[in-house]
Amino acid sequence: MPPRTSGSSGILECSGNLDTVSFSMPDPILVTRKLGKRFGKRWAVRNVDLAVQRGDIFGFLGPNGAGKSTTIRMVLSLIRPTEGDVHLFGHSLRSERSAALRRVGGIVERPDFYLYLSAIRNLELVGALTGGVHRHRIDEVLDLVGLLSRGRDLVKTYSHGMKQRLGIAQALLTDPELVVLDEPTNGLDPQGMKEVRELIRSLAHDRQKTIILSSHLLHEVELVANRMAIIHQGELAVQGSVKELLEGAGSAVMVGASPLRTAAAVCRRHRAVRSVEVNEADLRVAIDTKAVPHLVASLVRAKVRVTMVRPVRSLEEYFLSITEQAQGT
Amino acid sequence: MARLFWAELVKTFLKKRTYLGFLIALVVVPLIELAMASEGEFFIRRVMRNLANDFLILGNLFNGWTVAYQVMNALWIHVPLLITFVAGDMLSGEATAGTYRLMLIKPVSRTKILLAKALATLLYVVVFIAFLAALSVGLALALLGSGDLVVFQRGLLILAEADVAWRFMVAYLLALAPMFTIASIAFCFSSFVENAIGPIVATMGVIIVFTIITVMSLEAFEAVRPYLFTTHMVVWQKAFEDPVNWHAITASLLNLAFYTGAALLGAWAVFTRKDILS
Repeated sequence: MPPRTSGSSGILECSGNLDTVSFSMPDPILVTRKLGKRFGKRWAVRNVDLAVQRGDIFGFLGPNGAGKSTTIRMVLSLIRPTEGDVHLFGHSLRSERSAALRRVGGIVERPDFYLYLSAIRNLELVGALTGGVHRHRIDEVLDLVGLLSRGRDLVKTYSHGMKQRLGIAQALLTDPELVVLDEPTNGLDPQGMKEVRELIRSLAHDRQKTIILSSHLLHEVELVANRMAIIHQGELAVQGSVKELLEGAGSAVMVGASPLRTAAAVCRRHRAVRSVEVNEADLRVAIDTKAVPHLVASLVRAKVRVTMVRPVRSLEEYFLSITEQAQGT
Repeated sequence: MARLFWAELVKTFLKKRTYLGFLIALVVVPLIELAMASEGEFFIRRVMRNLANDFLILGNLFNGWTVAYQVMNALWIHVPLLITFVAGDMLSGEATAGTYRLMLIKPVSRTKILLAKALATLLYVVVFIAFLAALSVGLALALLGSGDLVVFQRGLLILAEADVAWRFMVAYLLALAPMFTIASIAFCFSSFVENAIGPIVATMGVIIVFTIITVMSLEAFEAVRPYLFTTHMVVWQKAFEDPVNWHAITASLLNLAFYTGAALLGAWAVFTRKDILS
């Protein structure tokens, strides 16, 4: 199944309306080509072509077992690809591993540390793997994730949320340009999730980091990502700009109206409406977002009392449509 | 590389498990030596009883050197187990803790990481053996004083007091070689698995099987026996021969070096190709 693409996955990216079209050269930081991993006879991941541009917050989505973690692990050189290659900042991971990973930081699934050591000592050890980091940098990243006051405590005394934040601190330790966060909000409470989301946004906007955010929490990705890819059954199902993918796939609205039967009839007659689903108290109308005001006007003209119009085309629905569609093929 | 080595030393020597061997030695060695101090003279008298009919034995043969030698003989079977506690955990411990994922995404080659870990393991062996030597010899001499050393190997050899200290030093240095081999084998097994129990059991399994082949006087084993590392594990005993057979010592060290090198090479082959799935 060839992946659908949208937005900046091509060579040139086009933005703006027809009067003010501007072209910008994309700056791919991460490119995977025909990436695949086979375990025994089973392909866990196959033919994955990803492109992450500088400045992206790139959501990498997929159901459990779809191949997200295997792909992320291949990108971070924890797993050797069976076929294909990963290029980071133009360096092949196969032939120039150290150069490729020099500007990359990441956490993969659970943030595990040496529990019998303090956070500071843990970060010193991580720093030693990259030629050493200054103590003030350690304090800086601990401060960034709100752990400065607990830096000397043993990691075994940390809560899961604190470990998760320490994981982000270690990912940022060498001030990498690309930060790969695999399920960074796993196990966090709502407040912790919000904090991590804000941190991700701040990393991208204030510190100009490029972020790859792998998650199964679609809402989370929807809130922060500008580009995304969906992997399903080991293959890339779709990749592109979140906005364009969601718009391109068509949206839907929930319409509360009275009388419902008349409203349904008006909706069905409307040219922009693709389908109408009548529920007990409302209608689910599949329609392009731009045509919604026109539909509401038509309803009002037909003396229908419109009590509510709510967009329902969320990433979750889009995700389900993509994965279900892929399952059907 | 120096930073990597430092990092491995920090991880190794700040871990409680590292001191398990030291703790056991700290209990067992004084226990044996105190027991020998209280009733060891009877033991020596029994051994020397037959000789006393033909020789005039003067001086004190039951002394610190004799006890330290006996302790070395007694413990040499068990020390490898203590070594594997740490060596078997060096790589698998990272897998168990999930810290492979922390280390191996950094821009440093796996070969360098492995080398740093191997060096830290070997340094641990050196520190542990040095501790054992200091404890065993130091305590024995403090309890029973110095004197001539009675060596029971192929027959009975009595080494003059002035000729003993350097032999202990050489013996403990030679003892490092088989312990390096054991540590390297455990280290190699450690690269395969994700918990430390496997490498410990597998290493002890190899030692037991090889030792059985080494000690059983069956002709079928004759041909392979000289090539097994277990045949050379007691190379340290050669320091107490008179004259010292340096040629035999060199042959044993070469055999042990081969096993050590092969085990480390095996660890490298596995570790550098390993997919981190934990």
